[in-house]
Amino acid sequence: MGNPMRIRARMSGDVVNVKVLMNHVMETGQRKGADGALVPAHFITKVTAQCNGKTVLEADWGPSISKNPLLGFRFKGAAAGDTLSITWVDSEQDSRTDEVVIG
Amino acid sequence: MTRKPMRWRNGFWTEHNNRRALPVGKEIDIMQHRREFLRHVGEGGVFVALLSAGLLTIPQTWAAENSRAAFDAKTVEDAFRALGATAPALSDAIELTAPTIAENGAVVPIKVASAIPGTQSIALLVEENPYALAMVTTIPEGTEAYVSSRVKMQKTSRVIALVRAGDEFFMATRDVKVTLGGCGG
Repeated sequence: MGNPMRIRARMSGDVVNVKVLMNHVMETGQRKGADGALVPAHFITKVTAQCNGKTVLEADWGPSISKNPLLGFRFKGAAAGDTLSITWVDSEQDSRTDEVVIG
Repeated sequence: MTRKPMRWRNGFWTEHNNRRALPVGKEIDIMQHRREFLRHVGEGGVFVALLSAGLLTIPQTWAAENSRAAFDAKTVEDAFRALGATAPALSDAIELTAPTIAENGAVVPIKVASAIPGTQSIALLVEENPYALAMVTTIPEGTEAYVSSRVKMQKTSRVIALVRAGDEFFMATRDVKVTLGGCGG
């Protein structure tokens, strides 16, 4: 399930300005832990943003994205009060969806 | 030169030089590796065959669900090839914002904005990372050609933003110096 995301979606003119802060270890599989063994890879592979039943952004990620990833984007065609939902899926097929009302 | 043993893990062939790295009970027998590997090679072969038969066109291969293979590419050239981008032209219409000096290579803020009409995808690559491709973003109609994120950088490297508009590819590059120890260099 993972921990909740922090999502901010604000109207500026007719554009919705979105910033998402996800809570994820984003382990690359390259790093060695304290015992000298490689820490297995575990990272978000896909992020999808939907608003009013329409996909407004799709992102495929590799392990190079930082821990606790940040994603910023802007889209048109929504109004204040609409709900924006963000979903991520990770390399262990874990996923999480969070929603926010556009303000 | 002796080759380091390789193992199949989470869809990647990974080098490892420490046998203890394999968790007890999770060791996979080598024939399974081989089958897995051959299966992937087989899929690749079918893919190439479809391409040459004209059943698939390059732009379709960029589609989000198929871009996964590009994440296994170790070099920028291989990643470009996997994304179907051959020799993208440098473009001033792509604004790639990245720090000149990054004090912490684990968190390098990157912004990409494209003023190219009909921008459909924005990809971000870090040349010196073990796997060059960091992200591929699909921009549907109505979404601005802008994306910001934070990437890990193993060392000082060139960062590349690759933009697809229609069947054409454009790119912008920035050099980011990663200082160790966080003293600001």
